[in-house]
Amino acid sequence: MNALDLINYWIAMMLLVTGLYIVIARGNLVKKLVGLSIFQTSVYLIYISPSKIIGGTAPIIAPGVELYSNPLPHVLILTAIVVGVATIALGLALVVRIHEAYGTIEEDEIHAQDQDGE
Amino acid sequence: MTTTLINTALLLMMAATVIGIVRLRNLFAVVILGSLYSFLMATIFLVLDAVDVSMTEAAVGAGVTTVLLLSTLYLTKSEEAKPSHTPILPLAVALVTGGLLVYGTLGLPEFGSPDSVIHQHVAPRYLEQGPEETGVPNVVTAVLASYRGFDTLGEVTVVFTGGIGVIVLLRRRWRADRTRDHK
Amino acid sequence: MRGYLVLRVIAKLLIPFILVFGLYVQFHGDFGPGGGFQAGVIVAAAIIFHALIYGLPRTRLVVPEWVVETLVAAGLLLYIAVGIASMLMGGGFLDYSVLMHDPVHGQHRGILLVELGVGISVAGVMLMIFYMFAGRSRTPDSEK
Repeated sequence: MNALDLINYWIAMMLLVTGLYIVIARGNLVKKLVGLSIFQTSVYLIYISPSKIIGGTAPIIAPGVELYSNPLPHVLILTAIVVGVATIALGLALVVRIHEAYGTIEEDEIHAQDQDGE
Repeated sequence: MTTTLINTALLLMMAATVIGIVRLRNLFAVVILGSLYSFLMATIFLVLDAVDVSMTEAAVGAGVTTVLLLSTLYLTKSEEAKPSHTPILPLAVALVTGGLLVYGTLGLPEFGSPDSVIHQHVAPRYLEQGPEETGVPNVVTAVLASYRGFDTLGEVTVVFTGGIGVIVLLRRRWRADRTRDHK
Repeated sequence: MRGYLVLRVIAKLLIPFILVFGLYVQFHGDFGPGGGFQAGVIVAAAIIFHALIYGLPRTRLVVPEWVVETLVAAGLLLYIAVGIASMLMGGGFLDYSVLMHDPVHGQHRGILLVELGVGISVAGVMLMIFYMFAGRSRTPDSEK
């Protein structure tokens, strides 16, 4: 049963590493931002997984319920999600301006235009 | 047992979605798969008893982020260029990092046990005395707004700053049809 | 979207319900899942839905830009005003116990007002970001 419990964490690590791979290996700026969003979401999963108690329920106090899951990681991740969307929105606004300035959103072509301009 | 099965099935679907995002070059398909990934993540949060987080992730990830990505694709190109060289070094970095992280998970406490350290000191105090001190049954809202109110103030400031940043970057140019008359 | 009758009728029927659901999530965040962030995003999603179906200029007539800019700042201002009000009433910054005659009622009122501030600000910011992205034209321009 132990390996099946750890599969939650292993797949979350696999998602994190895939998001990292998209950010560093792909040259398209929009795809990099999608990879960053995948990276952020997998970190939320890594935080929320340990807070679950088997046999517990959602941390809303109700009569007759004894065991509640841990509410602290929920609070942290709630803040993190909204901050993440503000970051992605700013990144996308920068991508729009880069496209208007350079005519492309591929990293290699932007580097080439910069080096020609020097 | 059924919880573990549902959890594993959802996680495997998410892994398949992410592999699709890596391989596809049509950015419109990538954005739709990203929205699907956020939705599956919201479902997993629900299975793990994080109801507030699930609602926020569904609204923000599958809603707002998808709309913004589609607007950006409208304003830029929607096809990714073919990669010029095979990315061996990033793949090696990713695999080594993944191996180290999987080795690190072997030291984590057992999944779902009520005796692990993070359930010991602060969380039981909030769960027991939260409703009496604040009068609010939803402990997550009580902690977010009252016990950790300063963090929420900082977070609203970050959201405000993000909005101001987008206004500063994108304000000038209006659409040509703004001057046309719409009845 | 002007020619699609089914979409326009369904949008007209659904948008009031989405707005009411957003208000429900905001004010019942104390007793069930919900709170400021979720409600702000749901209300912004309802207005984005209106803009997708009826076009951005008409949505700009319904919810003008100055309203959205005011919402962005008003939420943060409400949050800080609650903190300063509790300082003026004798407690520390953001100490809700002094807001009413009874500490528990004071905490409840403080949480309600603070979540309202968060919801207003998040709704305003999401809507403002959408207006900025959707209102940008594609053709190249000589001046920036």
